[in-house]
Amino acid sequence: MSELPFDLQILNALAALFLLLAFAMLAQRRVVALVNLLAFQGALLCAATLLLAYRTGQTHLYFSALLTLALKVVFLPWLLHRLIRRLGVYWDSEQLINTTGTMLLGLLIVIFAFGLAQPIAALASTATRNAIGIAVAVVLLAFLTMITRRKAMSQVVGFLSMENGLFFGAMSATYGMPMIVELGVALDVLVAMLVLGVFFFQIREQFDSLDLHHLESLKEEQ
Amino acid sequence: MPDATLSCLTLLGAWAVIGLVGLARPGDVRLVARFLFPLGAFVGAALALVALVGAAEPPSQLVLPLGLPDLPFHVRVDALACVFLFLLGSASAGVSLFAAGYFRSGEGTPPGLLCLQYHLFLASMGLVLLADDAYLFMLAWETMALSSYFLVTTQHRLPEIRRAGFLYLLIAHVGAIAILLCFGVLQGGSWQFTFDAMRSAQLEPKSAALAFLLALIGFGAKAGLVPLHVWLPEAHPAAPSPVSALMSGVMLKTALYGLLRVTFDLLGHPVWSWGLAPLALGLFSALYGVVFAAAQTDMKRLLAWSSIENVGILFTGVGLAIVFAGVGMQPLASLALVAVLYHAVNHAFMKSLLFVGTGSVLHATHERNLGKLGGLIRRMPWVAWLTLVGALAIAGLPPLNGFVSEWLLLQAFLSAYQVPKPFVGMLLPLGAALVALAAALAGYVMVKFYGVIFLGQPREPSLENARDADTLERVGLSWLAAGCVVLGLLPRPFIAFLELVPMQLGLIESRTIGGSWWRVVPVMERQAAYAPVVFLFVAALVIALTVLVVRRFYHARARRAAPWDCGFARLDARMQDTAEGFGQPIRHIFQPFFAMRRELPSPFDAAPRYHVTVGDRIWTLAYLPIADLVQRAARAVAWLQQGRIATYLLYSFVTLLLMLGLVL
Amino acid sequence: MSALISWLTQTLEVLAAIAVAPLFSGWIAQCRAWLQNKSAPSIWLPYRAIHKLFHKEAVLAESASPLFRFAPYAVFGSMVCAAAIIPSMGTRLPFSSAADAIALVGLLATARVFVALAAMDVGTAFGTLGARREMMVGFLAEPALLMVIFVASLLSSSTALPAISNALATQPFALYPSLAFTAVAFILVLLAENARIPVDNPATHLELTMIHEAMLLEYSARHLALMEWAAALKLFNYACIGFALFVPWGVATAEAQTPAALVVSLPILAAKLAAAGVGLALIETVSAKLRVFRAPEFLATAFMLAVLGLLVNLLQRASP
Repeated sequence: MSELPFDLQILNALAALFLLLAFAMLAQRRVVALVNLLAFQGALLCAATLLLAYRTGQTHLYFSALLTLALKVVFLPWLLHRLIRRLGVYWDSEQLINTTGTMLLGLLIVIFAFGLAQPIAALASTATRNAIGIAVAVVLLAFLTMITRRKAMSQVVGFLSMENGLFFGAMSATYGMPMIVELGVALDVLVAMLVLGVFFFQIREQFDSLDLHHLESLKEEQ
Repeated sequence: MPDATLSCLTLLGAWAVIGLVGLARPGDVRLVARFLFPLGAFVGAALALVALVGAAEPPSQLVLPLGLPDLPFHVRVDALACVFLFLLGSASAGVSLFAAGYFRSGEGTPPGLLCLQYHLFLASMGLVLLADDAYLFMLAWETMALSSYFLVTTQHRLPEIRRAGFLYLLIAHVGAIAILLCFGVLQGGSWQFTFDAMRSAQLEPKSAALAFLLALIGFGAKAGLVPLHVWLPEAHPAAPSPVSALMSGVMLKTALYGLLRVTFDLLGHPVWSWGLAPLALGLFSALYGVVFAAAQTDMKRLLAWSSIENVGILFTGVGLAIVFAGVGMQPLASLALVAVLYHAVNHAFMKSLLFVGTGSVLHATHERNLGKLGGLIRRMPWVAWLTLVGALAIAGLPPLNGFVSEWLLLQAFLSAYQVPKPFVGMLLPLGAALVALAAALAGYVMVKFYGVIFLGQPREPSLENARDADTLERVGLSWLAAGCVVLGLLPRPFIAFLELVPMQLGLIESRTIGGSWWRVVPVMERQAAYAPVVFLFVAALVIALTVLVVRRFYHARARRAAPWDCGFARLDARMQDTAEGFGQPIRHIFQPFFAMRRELPSPFDAAPRYHVTVGDRIWTLAYLPIADLVQRAARAVAWLQQGRIATYLLYSFVTLLLMLGLVL
Repeated sequence: MSALISWLTQTLEVLAAIAVAPLFSGWIAQCRAWLQNKSAPSIWLPYRAIHKLFHKEAVLAESASPLFRFAPYAVFGSMVCAAAIIPSMGTRLPFSSAADAIALVGLLATARVFVALAAMDVGTAFGTLGARREMMVGFLAEPALLMVIFVASLLSSSTALPAISNALATQPFALYPSLAFTAVAFILVLLAENARIPVDNPATHLELTMIHEAMLLEYSARHLALMEWAAALKLFNYACIGFALFVPWGVATAEAQTPAALVVSLPILAAKLAAAGVGLALIETVSAKLRVFRAPEFLATAFMLAVLGLLVNLLQRASP
């Protein structure tokens, strides 16, 4: 691996750090820390995009990096922090399975994703195609985060992390998506956040808590 | 050269003769104990020697004039059989010497009868290893199962021992059926049941896979692989200690021999994906066994569960060898195979040593419960110090023998990431971590075992009367401990003996494990090496220097006083850890494995009691429902038994009508 | 000539380990005191304590067996043997052909088992408590440590520590994210195995929270001195293992093992140890002690990180 040029090594290191963050989000119980990790993930994405823009010289990647910075590092975390303060959810302590079991499951998912990604990586033609495995792993880990949580806020963070993973995958496989697609996805995510914010207030008013366990009562009496 | 085969057969015959002599004089304890058992030990040592020498020869065969008219007994000695014959001979020599001092009258079965069953057990195990056709194999296998059943139920007046024997026999026969079916598939249409015919039969891939699966089930049942392990924790404690030692140390390895024989010899070229099943089952058994061992309160059950753990490690190694052989990495397959064989021999010595140690403790204290033992190192120094060797060896500590086989297995696992199959290359290193976890937990279990029995304060006042082992018992213990030490200090010569097996099986052409008599270098290109003699020498040198320097510059004065215990004055034996207490962290961490029932005391109890029973989930989830199903099916069929003669006559009448209608 | 140099390196390393280990512990204690705004004890205090203990008369419990008396020597001997295997100054060591990293882990396990057995020997409540907890931390730390060694060995495809050091030191500098993950995992294992906060407080006086200290309660005089020295040696060894696996630059490599390189490696080792001491003190000051049953989760995190490092290494191997 020491034969790689230095910027590719940095990209590999950033990818590994990206995976580590997804894992850390799986095990994190404090909601404020979760959102900070999400912001950090966005910053990593921005840095990776900038590096890739520098290496390949494609200017649309610079715009993409700027968009990522504005949206994922500044705006969305700010919005989420505001929501947390207004709703008062700081802890997500009840777990579906305990921390060690979740992390073991996460490990198995990472192995699955890496094994899955190997033939796909052989087809791609970019310099960073090995990061596809990491991208798939991050998407699956974020999905697992959404499954094993009880508070709605953590699930939203998981959803956003999934989107981060998809973005990373697209970037490493095809050097970014067409600008139109990126703008469209960004707009979708923004609208989704605003709508979800409204939903949170509705849920809290109805059930007096953001614990999703209460939503289970919405089913037919047998 | 028929010499090796003839010598082995003669020695096995000698065992049978010894047994028959015992039968002739059933009540004569002195004859049995002072003469017959030591003679059996001598025969065992001779068998080990013959096997050591005969392994380097090419395989030799013999056809005996016994058996069925068109299927006489075929007998064959090759390197694989020699390794296991060495195991049988050397381990049984130590155990027989111990048994000479152990068996006394009044245990339920007369000593002469015990002598017959014991030596018949040994002879039948040897015959299993020598058999070269399916008929002799199954005959010897059944004799082995039956003789060990009678040995297990020695104290047949106790109902729980009879129950343990029944469970043992039941699962042994389930396994035997699977093995028989396996041989049926292996003959591949030629209807010749000699192993030579099976070697040359060309099987389709599906039939070969079916044969392997049946062999895994059959031999796994005998070896105690999870989930067919439920008989082991019942039968091994129920048997007298020398028999437990033989069963754990030698009999489980004959099952391993059977699997190796079928996979690498009869089936020839294993497919890599077959290896995943023994690998997964082995890893699970290893973890399951050691976790349960940590939660036990009976010393022999603890050792039985530890045997399940070691069987798991053996099967993991076999799975790894199959995977390597299947993908074409032959030298690594050979390394894994050598590691498995080494671990089998090691375990025979280590586990036998521990079991006979508990036998001495049982004889001296009449207690199996760990909660009533303690502090025996002062009363029984010989047993304590020799058992310490066994405990440290099973925990896998250098420079003893347990470490060598674990080291070899880990070295084989280290190259597993090179396997070119997609997910397997990434999952196998995790297997290495699980083996390391099982080994570390084995250390935990051994600290519990040794610490609660031999160290600390005696938990019962009657332990003051415990006597140390007598001469013959000491000789047996020393033989086994010496085996552990020698196998640990001189691994390379022993590996040279074991490497003959993959060479004869066609895995490798020449030796791949290098080094000299005092050093092992498993994979030549890599620079990892291990030299236990140097290790021990340096450690001993450092310790000696430290003692001398301290005495020279300071002093060596010491005086005795009451234990400090942070100034707590009224210390008594009940304040040290119990077996339940020592196992509590494991019960807490691995909670999903156990089905626990607890009785907790309340503050208002006049006589508060704490009771915890640790049960096997597999028993309640798998075995009880199957037993229930069988009972219900039997009850449904029992409907046929109406009791009226007219109904039975009606059955005959209807059958006659049907047959007339079909034939005419 | 080169054989002489290797033997010289070997002896120097062992003597340096025995001599410097208490100083290292003293330095960490000083850094901790500075960080907590306290006035620090002298860094030579551990030496004075050991000297004082050797002078005293040993008081043994009436029920103590020969195992109890032998254990301190066995533990000290294991730690010195371990110091002989770890390449802290040079990578061509004659003793490394006798034992590799897995044997090193086995040696540390031997020391742990002997301490635990000795603690159970006298039969007090605190001794058995300490033994049980120490074995609990130990059985989880061992697979994590083995995974760390395994990942580090992938680089040089050897499990001999000098070979791993040599391979990393002689290659041109490159970023290895797998090694970074594994380094974090190693630090976690180091904290657990050496009874540091957050797993165990080495300066505690509350017996019910002790893990390592509880096993030493019955020892006195020269036995206690040897046990304390062995504990300091263990920490020193772990630090040197960390340097050998992750920052081996400055060590006299096998190709260039000359007396000049040896002399140069000494101050580099001292600098590394000083930095490690500050880092350890920082971690200890910033963390709080975990509940005993959180220790398995702590070690599980270390294990996960090591496995993650392995997987990332395997993935990023086949790079264009």
